[in-house]
Formats: sequence, C-alpha cells, structure tokens
Amino acid sequence: MDDKIAGITTEEHFASGHRACAGCGAALMARLALKAAGKNTIVVNATGCLEVFSTPYPETAWKIPWIHGAFENAAAIASGVDRALKSLGKRKDVNVLAFGGDGGTFDIGFQALSGAAERGDNFCYICYDNGAYMNTGIQRSGATPKYASTTTSPAGSKIHGKTEFKKPMPFIMAAHGAYVATANIAFPLDFIEKVKKGLAFNGPAYIQVFSTCPTGWKLGGGFTIQIARLAVESNITPLYEIEKGVVKISKKPSKVIPVDEYLKSQGRFKHLNESEIKEIQENVDENWQKLLDLEKNKSKMC
Amino acid sequence: MDTHIVERLAEFINNGELNAEMIHVESEHSAISAAIGSEATGVRTFTATASQGLALMHEILFIVAGMRLPVVMAVANRALSAPINIWNDHQDSISERDTGWIQLYIESAQEALDTIIQAYKIAENHEVLLPVMVCLDGFTLSHVFEPVDIPNEKDVNKFLPKYNPLFKLDPKKPVTMGPIGFPDTYMEFRQETHEAIIRAKEIIKKTNTEFKKSFNRGYGDGVLETYKIEDAEYAVVAMGTICGTARVVVDEMRKEGKKVGLIKIKCFRPFPKEEITNCCKNIKNIAVIDRNISLGNEGALFTEFKSAFYNQENKPIINGFVAGLGGRDVTKEHIKKAFERTGKTNQTEWLS
Ligand SMILES: Cc1ncc(C[n+]2csc(CCOP(=O)(O)OP(=O)(O)O)c2C)c(N)n1
Ligand SMILES: [Mg+2]
Repeated sequence: MDDKIAGITTEEHFASGHRACAGCGAALMARLALKAAGKNTIVVNATGCLEVFSTPYPETAWKIPWIHGAFENAAAIASGVDRALKSLGKRKDVNVLAFGGDGGTFDIGFQALSGAAERGDNFCYICYDNGAYMNTGIQRSGATPKYASTTTSPAGSKIHGKTEFKKPMPFIMAAHGAYVATANIAFPLDFIEKVKKGLAFNGPAYIQVFSTCPTGWKLGGGFTIQIARLAVESNITPLYEIEKGVVKISKKPSKVIPVDEYLKSQGRFKHLNESEIKEIQENVDENWQKLLDLEKNKSKMC
Repeated sequence: MDTHIVERLAEFINNGELNAEMIHVESEHSAISAAIGSEATGVRTFTATASQGLALMHEILFIVAGMRLPVVMAVANRALSAPINIWNDHQDSISERDTGWIQLYIESAQEALDTIIQAYKIAENHEVLLPVMVCLDGFTLSHVFEPVDIPNEKDVNKFLPKYNPLFKLDPKKPVTMGPIGFPDTYMEFRQETHEAIIRAKEIIKKTNTEFKKSFNRGYGDGVLETYKIEDAEYAVVAMGTICGTARVVVDEMRKEGKKVGLIKIKCFRPFPKEEITNCCKNIKNIAVIDRNISLGNEGALFTEFKSAFYNQENKPIINGFVAGLGGRDVTKEHIKKAFERTGKTNQTEWLS
C-alpha cells in the first residue's frame, strides 16, 4: 500500500479534478499535507480559495472527513473537534488538521487561533500563505509583502503598493508555546516532515507554508515551484522550526541570491524602483541575521 | 448572564459529577464555532450566552442551522447596547429569529430545566436536526433562586437516549460538511432547512407530551400555553416571565368579573400560527406585549401575531405594547393597562 516516490507516499487523500487555477500552490499544499497526515485525519478549513475550489456541492476533493464553517473560526472549530475526540476517547487515533489562508490566519482568524493556542488545544494549524485575500480578488492582508500591488494596495503614482512589512506570525505563535515551522511547497519532504511533527506535538502546532498564487502574483502558472524555490534561496521566506521557543533553521542557502531575482518575474512587484528593492533587500538581510542570531544564542521565545 | 450557567457546569465537571469537556473559549464567536466542531464530531454540545455575546455569534448561528447541527444553547435574554445595559429584554434573541434556530421562551426555572432536556430530544430528532435556543429572561430567571425538581438521571436517560448523529466527522466514513453551494443548489438547502423547522413544530408538541408522560409536567401543547382563555373576550399575549405576572393579573381581573385570559407563546420559531388562531376563536380584543422593538416598526411578536390572522374571516382587534426594555419592571399595572387599552388605540403603546 505504502508505495513511495522520492520518499513520499503515492496514496492520495486530496483528489484531482478540483477547480483551482493552473499552478495553484494551495492545492499542492493540501495534497502534500494530507500525504503527511494520512487517512485518519479530520480537516477543518477556513473560508478561502482552498475551501471554495475543493467543494463545489455536490462535488468534493476531500477523501477524508472535512468541515468548513466560516472565514475566521477554523481554529475554534478545530478546538471543538479536538475536545470531542477526547471525550469520545478517540483522540489518539485521529489527527486534527486545520487549514486557513493568510487572511483567515494573520487577520480575521487571529483571535480564534490565539485562543486555541493559549488553551493548548491539540491540533496542527496550517496557514497557506499566498500573501493576499485571493478568493475575493487579491486584497491586501497582514501577510502581503511590502510594496506588493494588490487591489486594495494598488501600485499608484503616489503610493507604491502595500506600505507595511509582513506581520511576524511564526514568532507570535512561538510566543504562545506552539510548535512552529515555516515551509514551502517547493520543498515537499521538509514540509511533510514538519506536518508529521506538528501532528505528533502534544499541543498546538502552527505551520506557515509559502504557497504560490500565479493569479494573484501575476505570474505564469508554470512558475509555481520555481518562484517558491527562489523565495527560499533569496532568504525572503526562510525555512525554520521553533520548538519549545528555540529556533532551528531548516535550510541555509549555499548561495544566497538577491531579492531582485525573486521580485522581477512577478507582476505584483513590477513597479518597484531601485530604492524600494534595496529596502526589501535590507529587510530580508536583517531578518535573516536575526534568525541566525536566535539560532546561535538558543534564546527562548516563550 | 449566562455566567451562572457555565459556572455551575464548571463545578459539576471539576467535581466529577458531569462527564464532559469544557472549552474555555476566548469569545462567544469561538464558543459557537467550537460547538460546530464538537457537534459535527458526534458529541452532544451545550453553550450559553446573552446579549452582546449572542450578537457576536450572529454570523455563526446561520452556519449551525444551515449545517443542521443540533446544538442546544441557553440564552439569558438581555438588552443590546447602546446604551450598554445588562438587564433583561428579548431584543438579543428576537434579533436572531431568522437564523434557523428553534426558539423556546421560558417562564420559570423549572420550565428552563425541563425545556433544556426536551430541547436535545427535539434538536437531535432526525426529522429536525436543527439547533435550539432556550431563551430565559436575564436576571428574572437566570439569577433567581427557585426550588426545582431535578428529575433523576435514569429517567432522563430513558427520555433522552444516547446521542445518535445522522452524520459525523469520522475517518471510517468520511463526509464533507459545509461545502460551497452555488446558485444552482443553494436555494434547495434553504428550502430544506425551512421545511425542517416547520416540521419541528409537531415534534416539539410530541416531545412535550412525552415529557408529560415521563415526568408529570408539561407546558401547554409545547408551542403555546393558555390560561383562562376558554370563555375569554380579552387576552394578553406575551413570552417569558411576563406571563407569570399576567396570570396573577388575569386572576385579579376575573374576580372583578372581567373575561380575560393569557396566551403564552413558548415557541417563537417555528411560529405557531394555527395554534394561535385556533385558541383565539372567541376572543374580541388582544393585547400583545413585546419585550423588544423592531426599530422603525413595532414589537416583533405583535407583527407576527397579527400575520397569523391575515386569512381569517373574523379577526380579533389586536394591539401592540412595548414593555420591560433594558430591565424595566413589567408590573401588574402595566398588564392591566394593556388590557384596558386594547381596542382603544391604533398604534403601538409603550408601557413604561
Ligand atoms: C467575515 C467574513 N468576511 C469576509 C468574507 C469574504 N471572504 C471570503 S474568503 C476571503 C479571503 C480569504 O483570504 P485568505 O484567507 O488569504 O485565503 P485565500 O483566498 O487567499 O486562499 C474573504 C474576504 C467572509 N467569508 N467572511
Ligand atoms: Mg491568501
């Protein structure tokens, strides 16, 4: 049964034939996460692209039990599932996995997620980060990178896209005492390992997965993996884990590429001028150094 | 206001008297969301709220009903802000009347206890599968000390057997719950939910009858209760604890030879139109007392009560009165005044 290709099971719990755009990172993310979790899993899904494209009634892409309630409450529903399983005496047999987009996690669902983590509820929450409210037409979220053009932070002649850097969600979740990891769809083995670890962790786990959105980023559908890889190789979205508050970097690029390489192929960044690119580069370098320092010092974040 | 309820439940759990999980949520929005998760996983679920908390749940209330999850929730009825006010009226739950929840309004502490037990049996009935709101007046009921007869566990278990969900989240039999409904399917979902809540009326009545058989206590026919209505020419209509006061007023006015009676609406959703018109056949004047106000129109019960008579030939004269907002006492004098004013006014009057 457990055939593997390159160390990944060929068993599928997320069916093909759903309605995602060509090259959708979120679809790949869900497929990989379910490979890690296996069939004894209950999925809770926040409103967003993933929920919409996978369940046009009466069709469903989910071969395992799945529930969707609203945009901002996936973590609270997952708490209910977790405790119900506990009261049924089935908690050890079943994984609880929650999926939320960056809008449903960084912004509107933040309170519910913080509450669940504070209670120590036992589930793995995966935020698939495509950097905007994609389902409703590419509006800015707290996860949108600085200067990215979205429909609510357009690149105008006066204001050049989003004016703030991204909210540091992994650190915020680490401060709650959760198992935290960042992952990327271009690094499936690393992602799968982290999902397994998150599910095995006895308490809240938070995994933030970089998920390309060709439609929202104004990028060809064939570049999903390539651009995701560049995000890691340029240190824009480093891969790391935070366990018991201690940072461990999962992958250090052997040769760091300039951010420009990552930015230039995406329509959402095409308006950037030199000084803006420089500012992004400085911010990336600073964050990377901070991560290296945290790892080196083993300073506890919770 | 719901705090007493959850405090006692926490004591029961922590003293080992109740085998349950308590989720200490950070908000009412998450409370009702967690209830979705646990109920969908196949576990009987209860929550309680009031006022602003219920308003915060608003979005999710539709989802509980739409997903056909038989959650039971106590609402300690209280006024809504602004101005902020922690006292009783029915504005909170009345404002949720279109969410698809069955709504039962309560007159006494005993009725609250009995109705919670019945609520599960109604909600979980596979012909219904809808959530139930048990609405009890904040303070007047939620903070009252009244002796209640607590039925023994064995009898309750017989009346309300183990939860048997029709569908649940179970890896052995995977289901997709809460998919997106496009314009070609959405309307059927709404229609089915509507038909289920309409169907629920007979099941509410049946459950009341069964409860009566098992515990020797019942509340009218389950959807409404009448008092001295048989030969009445005047009736007052109300929900909740106002009815207790109204019974006393009816007795006093009867002593004065006035033919008055009371109609207590217990079930506001589904709205018991036929039961209402049937019990009003010989009544000439009706005073509907609302503990809520649909701003810009009139009390909600008044509107709905009148609509029950729209296709009737001999319509009684029906007047609307707004009373008891934000914890204002509804006195015997208020109720007497409502009786006196019926037929003498053509606009909603405020008893304040
Ligand atoms: C309370 C609420 N506000 C707004 C919406 C509309 N809405 C649905 S999905 C969505 C955006 C989702 O963004 P994100 O979480 O990033 O997921 P994505 O669509 O990008 O996958 C919005 C605004 C909603 N469903 N509920
Ligand atoms: Mg998004």
